[in-house]
Amino acid sequence: MRNLRKALGCILAILLLAGCSASGTVQQQASDGSTQAPAAAYIQNKGSDTLVNLALAWAEQYQKEHPEVSLSVTGGGSGTGLTALVTKTVDIANASRQIKPEELQAAKAVGLNPQEYVVARDAIAVIVNPENPVQHLTLEQLSRIYKGEINNWSEVGGEDRPIVRLSRETNSGTHVYFLEAVIRLGNSKDKAIFSRDTLLLPSSEGVIAEVRDNPNAIGYDGLGYVTPEVKVLAVSGLKTPNDYVIPSAETVNNNTYVISRDLYMYTQDVPTGAIKDYLAWILSPEAQKIVTTLGFVPVK
Amino acid sequence: MKQIKIKSDSVINGIIKICGYSSILFVTLILLFLLREGLPALASVPLSSLFSTIWYPIEGYYGLLPLIGGSLLVTIAATIIALPFGIGTAVYLSEVAPNWMKEILKPVVEILAGIPSVVLGFIGILVFVPFMRKTFHLATGLTGFTGAVLLGLIAIPTIVSIAEDALNNVPPGYRQAALAVGATRWQTIWGVTLPAAKTGVLTAVMLGVGRALGETMAVMMVTGNAPVMPDKWNSLFLPLRTMTATIASEMGEVASGSQHYQVLFFIGILLFLLSLAVNIAASMVSTRQRKRAERILS
Repeated sequence: MRNLRKALGCILAILLLAGCSASGTVQQQASDGSTQAPAAAYIQNKGSDTLVNLALAWAEQYQKEHPEVSLSVTGGGSGTGLTALVTKTVDIANASRQIKPEELQAAKAVGLNPQEYVVARDAIAVIVNPENPVQHLTLEQLSRIYKGEINNWSEVGGEDRPIVRLSRETNSGTHVYFLEAVIRLGNSKDKAIFSRDTLLLPSSEGVIAEVRDNPNAIGYDGLGYVTPEVKVLAVSGLKTPNDYVIPSAETVNNNTYVISRDLYMYTQDVPTGAIKDYLAWILSPEAQKIVTTLGFVPVK
Repeated sequence: MKQIKIKSDSVINGIIKICGYSSILFVTLILLFLLREGLPALASVPLSSLFSTIWYPIEGYYGLLPLIGGSLLVTIAATIIALPFGIGTAVYLSEVAPNWMKEILKPVVEILAGIPSVVLGFIGILVFVPFMRKTFHLATGLTGFTGAVLLGLIAIPTIVSIAEDALNNVPPGYRQAALAVGATRWQTIWGVTLPAAKTGVLTAVMLGVGRALGETMAVMMVTGNAPVMPDKWNSLFLPLRTMTATIASEMGEVASGSQHYQVLFFIGILLFLLSLAVNIAASMVSTRQRKRAERILS
């Protein structure tokens, strides 16, 4: 019996202590908030999986040079990042596509005024298994493959094998870009969509793993993600169907490789303070050098 | 002293009562939330679109049939795979295995239950997927069948532990009587023990089905997630997309309150109803048995 009373006493004491300490921290936070100490800035950065490695590299370098700023970088997809921006849970959203009108509207509805920054450029590489003898495809062939009109590799100069189409999930900016630029060939009135048997894989790694393993597969991914274990195809544009071009920093910047796009960062509003400094640094030659080392293409 | 005892008793009783009621409260709140977010889909998306066969939400195609079909096909296949292994292991554990074997096997099954499904999915991608493609000469190893095998593995521990409990609850007198009239060990298991534990075993299977139906990560990693209507004879050996994988991979992207968001919650309602049906079936089976047992005893 005495034990029980002791136990009850203990529980009461713990509850009281917890209550005291909790109210203590609340007070502390309040006083911190009112002074708005500029010493330690915390920037949250989230979005495109294409950009995540680059954003991480930037954040690491920037934190080395500016130890007073701490950055957190997460992926999840462009849509995820922009949704988080609208709900004000991140300061900077990474996106591999431009913000959609609906998203902009949603942001304006909660009083935000998103600002757009082009921070790097990316080429989408079309990849196949190294065993696949096909070396190049025209943009139109690619479109027909992904629409489900070409179903065997022999139709595009390969072996008699079924074509297995791989794509990222629909929340990936790369998916949307590929739909518009390749499947619809840039024609905004075209309503064609991915063939229904296209495999939608949840990650870049998933696409690379299946292409590496399966000689029937065709996939696409940001140039920065392509590993040496898969083969990158040369692609020709609509106007010059016989000039096949392998994606590289050079061919993206002189606009001969056709499947390339800008990569963006969005802020909640016109940036100030630490966020403004960080974005200015990202566009500096020093930060753009990191872009090149990761297989992306620097702006300008 | 006695007064204090009564007082503390009632306090603890109260706390326990709150714990018990809280789970009812949580389920009710979750259901209300699901209904509030998901039911508007029925108003904003025409029924003919919901029950079509194209799922491509970023262009406004909301056909749920491929997803429902995918989930059902994978779950049924997983059950067919898990059933013999699960019940076989349970029978072996409870009726045949010597004690030292039991002591090894039981923890191993429990460890299997404890492996996170994402780890199984990872092994699936690296080992099962290439194996399936080469063995069955498929275009790709990312198929419903690969998912069903993984789901079977996930459902087996649930089936084993509940079915084994049911078998252990069969009074030893049943077995002794069977052996006394000259039945072999197999005849005893097949003719007496298993029928006597039938309801517990059925409950085990139902819970295994529920486990397979709700599993997300492993399925998302190995089924290819192509929203193809599974209406061909070989659909199980083609890529398919389940309801859970759809919610998991698309929820992060949608703007809250949008049509797509409502449809994803509507899929959540369907999943809730399906697992409710499985649970009701399981409990109906077990209560029916209890009534019969009571009749026999009285």
